[in-house]
Amino acid sequence: MSEIIGIVVISMGVAFDLFGCIGLVRLPDIYNRLQGATKCVTLGTCLILLGVLIHSGGAMGAKALLCAIFILLTSPTGAHALARGAHKSGVKLWEGSVMDKYADDKEGELDR
Amino acid sequence: MANRIFQFLIIFILWLLLTWSLTVQEIIVGVVVALLLSILLSDVFVRGGGKFVQPARYFWFLVYLPLFFYYVFRANFDVAYRVLHPEMPIRPGIVKVRTTLKSDMAKAFLANSITLTPGTLTVDIVGDHLYVHWINIVTEDPQEETEVIVRKFEGYLRRIFE
Amino acid sequence: MIVLIILLVLCCFMCLYRIGAGPTPPDRTVGIDTLGTLVVGFCAFTAIITGKEWYMNVAISWALLSFIGTIALAKFLEGRGFDE
Repeated sequence: MSEIIGIVVISMGVAFDLFGCIGLVRLPDIYNRLQGATKCVTLGTCLILLGVLIHSGGAMGAKALLCAIFILLTSPTGAHALARGAHKSGVKLWEGSVMDKYADDKEGELDR
Repeated sequence: MANRIFQFLIIFILWLLLTWSLTVQEIIVGVVVALLLSILLSDVFVRGGGKFVQPARYFWFLVYLPLFFYYVFRANFDVAYRVLHPEMPIRPGIVKVRTTLKSDMAKAFLANSITLTPGTLTVDIVGDHLYVHWINIVTEDPQEETEVIVRKFEGYLRRIFE
Repeated sequence: MIVLIILLVLCCFMCLYRIGAGPTPPDRTVGIDTLGTLVVGFCAFTAIITGKEWYMNVAISWALLSFIGTIALAKFLEGRGFDE
């Protein structure tokens, strides 16, 4: 029984991974791509690891749980670092964007 | 001192989970490694060790987790909708919101929570202000943006970390 | 089972497309980061199929190294502008 539930959870995880990767290909600029990729791939991989925990348990399950917690903590941090690095290295937002308070504030600092 | 004891406990439990065996030599090596690391690194990672023994914080953490996972799942369906829609209904931009949280740990968790919840991605933290990339801007009033993005987590995080 | 593997490989190829085609260096870095997270999932899946426990050790090490690599690349991007 637990094996079937595990496989179902893993399938959900793979589906979210697929959405995230479609977002990575389709969305227009780096910040939007980071949004799609980070959210969907993080949850998708966590669901795969959770499926491993449900499927087999024991030592493998404990390691899967640790790995899931680790990914849940580090993946958003990596996304902040990348977004900040991209903005500081001068990548512009997509032309359809509405506002960019970060760039406005940085220019204000330069004038002062 | 409290910092060191809690760091020792955290590292040792992590070691036990990773090795997943209770033989004597594994435990001895774990104790030695945890002692060394907690003596060398006590000032770097854990601050305010006294906070670890207040049960109310754990209670609020347990209340916070289901809320967090509810928003994470909503975020994923939101992204799936935007990605699979043929015209991609996005209206992105970077907005500036203000937080009332003070400690670094609480701010870090707030930033991570914002990144994993629907449509938002933290770009930078400067003092009390967070710069947030929002995939679908619904309002241009800073006060309302703060209400929408930050308020839902702030109360819980203040009870957990401050 | 085999369908899931094919879908995961398809995800990896999408990331490879982004690494190859991304117009700016940060875009490629996003692809590398996403690919690292996908490989962790793939290792866990392999662990289930083969029933060998040490694949999870590979997954944990890969997660750690992928995070460090992403942070290093992000710091590198932050340090310079592209018009220089």
